[in-house]
Amino acid sequence: MEIGITHYLSVAAILFTIGVFGIFLNKKNVIIILMSIELILLAVNINLIGFSAHLGDLLGQVFAMFVLTVAAAEAAIGLAILVVYFRNRGNIDVENVNIMKG
Amino acid sequence: MMIQAVAFYVFAGIIIASAIMVVSAKNPVHSVLFLILAFFNGAGLFVLVGAEFLAMIMVIVYVGAVAVLFMFVVMMLDINFVELRQGFLQYLPIGLLVGLILLVELILILSTQFKEPQILAVSSLPIPPIEDVENTKALGNVLYTKYIYLFQSGGLILLTAMIGAIVLTLRSRPGVKKQIITKQVLRKREDSVEIKKVTPGTGV
Repeated sequence: MEIGITHYLSVAAILFTIGVFGIFLNKKNVIIILMSIELILLAVNINLIGFSAHLGDLLGQVFAMFVLTVAAAEAAIGLAILVVYFRNRGNIDVENVNIMKG
Repeated sequence: MMIQAVAFYVFAGIIIASAIMVVSAKNPVHSVLFLILAFFNGAGLFVLVGAEFLAMIMVIVYVGAVAVLFMFVVMMLDINFVELRQGFLQYLPIGLLVGLILLVELILILSTQFKEPQILAVSSLPIPPIEDVENTKALGNVLYTKYIYLFQSGGLILLTAMIGAIVLTLRSRPGVKKQIITKQVLRKREDSVEIKKVTPGTGV
């Protein structure tokens, strides 16, 4: 049973779908939404690494590293915004974040 | 080869199961723990294709930093999570619909036969054989030479994120006693010392 590129792409596709599904499912809980975004980025990384191994090209791994960097920065900023939002509002219900109509 | 296939299916199965648990767990703490499990198994998948350095970075960055950050926020904020799950079932049909459409589309793409043109010939950065240069060294060789500017801007992104997070969450709370050094340095003798002439026998 040969494990090829298609297997990796399938896992990444399923993971990506679960991430998008999670965003829709937990519309109110912004923490789970951030975690779903992390899952989506993990799926992207699996795609990049899979193609990198398949094509014998190191560039995919370099790019995956930058995706990792941006994902870490995004998580830090997202959670900081969440903490500020919680201090101002006392909850994290993102359904009425547009209350300022900005 | 057999062991590789078994390992792949174990890693892939656990990663998908834990991803489903991340989006559907009742308690967000459990969600974070399942996220950690998913990242560990993702690192396993990376090792399987020979990207060891990224697998280790994955464990260090995600499990060591990002997941702990999530855990911190989940436990620090006093949130009524039961209330947040009110519309959970209400969003289930539309979520399933969107997810299903996306999955069908992706599977349709995957089921088409890959016709590999001369794509192998245009590989810009061929992976050196593992006997000569190991993965970490190979990555370092290109990252610090060919992609040095990208690497530096990656550092700048992290610096921006750090400054942004600090600026966003820092607040000056009133009623807290703390040392303000400029105030201490700017204090003059006249501000704090007063000389009174006291005539003998009258008292102050």
